Amino acid sequence: MIPTGFSYHRPADLASAVGLLQAHGDEARVIAGGHSLIPMMKLRMADLSHLVDLQDIADLKGIEITDDTVTIGAMVTQHELIDSDALAAAIPLIREAALQIADPQVRYMGTLGGNVANGDPGNDMPGLMQCLGATYALSGPDGGREVAARSFYEAAYFTAREDEEILTRVTIPRPAGGTGYAYEKQKRKIGDYATAAAAVLIRMDGGACAEASIAMTNLADTPVWAEDAAAALVGTTVDDAARKAAIETAVAAIDPVTDNRGPVEFKQHVAGVILGRAIDRALERAS
Amino acid sequence: MSDVIETTEERTAKLKGLGSSRKRVEDVRFTQGKGNYIDDFKLDGMLFGDFVRSPYAHARIKGVDKDAALALPGVIAVLTAEDLEPLGLHWMPTLAGDKQMVLADGKVLFQGQEVAFVIAEDRYVAADAVDLVEVDYEELPVVIDPFKALEDGAPVLREDIAGNMEGAHGPRRHDNHIFTWEQGDKTATEAVLAEADVVAEEMVYYHRTHPCPLETCGCVASMDKATGKLTLYGTFQAPHAVRTVASLISGIAEHNIRVVSPDIGGGFGNKVGVYSGYVCSIVASIVTGKPVKWVEDRMENLMATAFARDYWMQGRIAATRDGKITGLWCHTTADHGGFDACADPTKFPAGFMNICTGSYDIPVAYLAVDGVYTNKAPGGVAYRCSFRVTEAAYFIERMIEVLAIKLDMDAAELRRINFISKEQFPYQSALGWEYDSGDYHTAWDKALKTVDYKGLRKEQAERLADFKAGKTRKLMGIGLTFFTEIVGAGPVKNCDILGLGMFDSCEIRIHPTGSAIARLGTISQGQGHATTFAQIIASEIGIPADDITLEEGDTDTAPYGLGTYGSRSTPVAGAATAMAARKIRAKAQMIAAYLLEVHDDDVEFDVDRFAVKGAPERFKTMKEIAFAAYNQAIPGVEPGLEAVSYYDPPNMTYPFGAYVCVVDVDVDTGETDIRSFYALDDCGTRINPMIIEGQVHGGLTEALAIAMGQEIAYDETGNVKTATLMDFFLPTAWETPNYVTDHTTTPSPHHPIGAKGVGESPNVGGVPCFSNAVHDAFRPFGLTQTHMPHDHWRVWKTANELGLHG
Repeated sequence: MIPTGFSYHRPADLASAVGLLQAHGDEARVIAGGHSLIPMMKLRMADLSHLVDLQDIADLKGIEITDDTVTIGAMVTQHELIDSDALAAAIPLIREAALQIADPQVRYMGTLGGNVANGDPGNDMPGLMQCLGATYALSGPDGGREVAARSFYEAAYFTAREDEEILTRVTIPRPAGGTGYAYEKQKRKIGDYATAAAAVLIRMDGGACAEASIAMTNLADTPVWAEDAAAALVGTTVDDAARKAAIETAVAAIDPVTDNRGPVEFKQHVAGVILGRAIDRALERAS
Repeated sequence: MSDVIETTEERTAKLKGLGSSRKRVEDVRFTQGKGNYIDDFKLDGMLFGDFVRSPYAHARIKGVDKDAALALPGVIAVLTAEDLEPLGLHWMPTLAGDKQMVLADGKVLFQGQEVAFVIAEDRYVAADAVDLVEVDYEELPVVIDPFKALEDGAPVLREDIAGNMEGAHGPRRHDNHIFTWEQGDKTATEAVLAEADVVAEEMVYYHRTHPCPLETCGCVASMDKATGKLTLYGTFQAPHAVRTVASLISGIAEHNIRVVSPDIGGGFGNKVGVYSGYVCSIVASIVTGKPVKWVEDRMENLMATAFARDYWMQGRIAATRDGKITGLWCHTTADHGGFDACADPTKFPAGFMNICTGSYDIPVAYLAVDGVYTNKAPGGVAYRCSFRVTEAAYFIERMIEVLAIKLDMDAAELRRINFISKEQFPYQSALGWEYDSGDYHTAWDKALKTVDYKGLRKEQAERLADFKAGKTRKLMGIGLTFFTEIVGAGPVKNCDILGLGMFDSCEIRIHPTGSAIARLGTISQGQGHATTFAQIIASEIGIPADDITLEEGDTDTAPYGLGTYGSRSTPVAGAATAMAARKIRAKAQMIAAYLLEVHDDDVEFDVDRFAVKGAPERFKTMKEIAFAAYNQAIPGVEPGLEAVSYYDPPNMTYPFGAYVCVVDVDVDTGETDIRSFYALDDCGTRINPMIIEGQVHGGLTEALAIAMGQEIAYDETGNVKTATLMDFFLPTAWETPNYVTDHTTTPSPHHPIGAKGVGESPNVGGVPCFSNAVHDAFRPFGLTQTHMPHDHWRVWKTANELGLHG
């Protein structure tokens, strides 16, 4: 449980951080809350020579809320997400989900940026951001660019981010007023990753579903934004048939693996159950 | 004499003796972070040791290349079996009469086995050097299933004893077979089974798990070459036994070895065993002349130091049609891993598994246990229980439920009609034990009444109807358990470990001003000995518990004892404490009589003083007596006031309890919610009710962990799948239900203060209670037996197999 030796850097601005990544190539990694990276280093599964700590970079902090969007700095902790009443009013789904991540100690350290950028299929925020249609801002040697959360994830720990880029902030369009939401997560215990989790948004208009979004967590090597499953709800009253169709479509889209949480058959089943409960709760909240 | 005359009650209360919920004196330092644990030790020039461990479960070692590691600055040495062999220390004896490799000698038998020991100037260099040691392995076929291990042609795991068919516990019938241990009357039991009205048969598996103390195992060995003295600080549950064994193995005279157990952050049996880390640290300190520290990390702890359970228990239980049990048969296949390192008294290779007739009057019984080698870690310790009692209790409490299903009877009633009755104590069990005391019917009736058992069954029936009507997807289960423990090992006539008799000891010194110090042969790992043993002394000799210091764990100062595990401290060392206190009281009586100028027989003990019979206003307090003992010449009485007692208990003690648990089971996700848990414990005389309650809460939570998720699981190639706390279930406050505790009091007739021990009861009774609750939820759908742990996917699988998913 002791990592190999490494150099520790704590740059004060983004350009310096990017510079360090440029200088050290794949021998360097940025560290945000460290709750994924440090255990990997201690297990010697991540062997890095340079650790670039982002905590002193003021640009990576803060939550900004406008009429249309919410922009969250990469170094905002899960605790700060939960603690912000303004954020809870703007997008209540974020607080609901953040409260289901790990435990309070981890949430004081763990950041939104680290959670979405690491590419760990067990993390909750990637699926949530796909559900919400978020965009990630990346800064690198050649300047900045934006990538949609829905096209960011390629495989476990592989994302659209280049080695020399840093994910700086997340911009989320605010769901229309009255949109129902739910984040439902089955886990073995506090602190565990999901056995199955589902994020759902449903907007109803005149008794019919006008808009829906569904994403599933830890049920494939990337988060699964289940576009077709959501489409199965749109235009319906979200009756049993529509609900069933959405669940079947979503379960067909996932690709879970056997692990200590259980075999594939079990995960496919509970993924459907959890999604069903998320749809029900989102529908209840939709107005 | 004081101007204010205190009542007897007031004087008694001041002592904070037996029955007082005195706050734990240990917690002042623990809650301030001022405990002194093994990793807090920093000695001048101290070096650090770290292990190269096998990634394979079964492999031949073709070579170890140390060069790169030795070239790393700060590395002092890299030890392998070859280096230990000239000292005869490449193997060590186990507590079970087997031997175990200290460092891999030609092959490895489990994943995580110690292959080489790196000694370096600091732990960081040591960790880097571990990575640089290159070991050339040749993989061998792996045996994980104990039944397959005994098949013809199975790979021979222990080549060192291949063909040697006489083991430490009798004949071996296969190279992977360790022993067969038989108890009871096989012929008579099989005759009863053949003719019984009803026989229920089931395989009851108690999965492999592991104690999980917050502090892992470790030590600091310090050989002083100038004095020739070895000091060994470590996380030892039995420091004196470690000293004797270390002396016998190393050849260092016992008076030149000092073993110190400092504050220990939980043991639960994990710190009973002798581990390679201890031996290697000692050797390293002798070789280098410097102190050497070794502390394992969490993964090493879970993978390599002692596991618990792993018993496959095939049971048959016979009964009359109206439910009177007539016989019990059990065959257990015990998976011991690569070496037999079980921590049991020598004559009991399967511990006290023969307590498996439980709380029931079963006229005839038979038990056979086969120990088997597999490619898993060695151990087999009593994880918060007396030797294999959890396995026995789980077995009988499952078999009772299985029989109730077969008879279509209420399981509470089935228990009641088979309990050993109050009048039958002392009770001779069919498998050889003499139960000291019990009143099971009273405890059971109190438990069932308190939880409103009938009301619960009614609610359960309504829930079932709702479930069948599609109104709910949650089933309700009611878990029942009535357990009898056997603790306090034990009488020297039949209990020893490596030949060391299992008595225990206490030495008490009263200081001239009337305060005291007591030292014991046991060692607290969180049990609160400093609090409770002072209470025993307070009540016995009338000195306030607050004025008594209690010390354990330093073999240079504490009297010899066999340590703390198997709930033996209160039954054995607690008895020694009372007996030593009584010796002091006897001398105090003589001193008081002299001071009061009356005959010895004319004074009587009265809470905190001796008073003249019939003249209570004429008395001498213990404080006054203590001062006189040291400072007044008393004819015929030696100065001083101290005593020591070595107590060899005449029998074990048999605590018991009645537990009821209610669980809601979500059949769609397999999630379980423990809605309520009621625990009635009868541990005889209660020394400190608050500590008892704390012990019960802790033990139940460990039981919850084991029943609902905690396991050491292996894949087919012998990889440990649950080597971190992500996968090894350790409940947090969130997963822990509220507990309701209760008690009855049936003192032990042979213990000086009637106490029986309680620390392990909740684990022994808790596991079957949680498990029975899950089983009970599915009983209406035809479930007879499934296996722990009842984690989400296994519960879901049960529901799925019963067709509950539509």
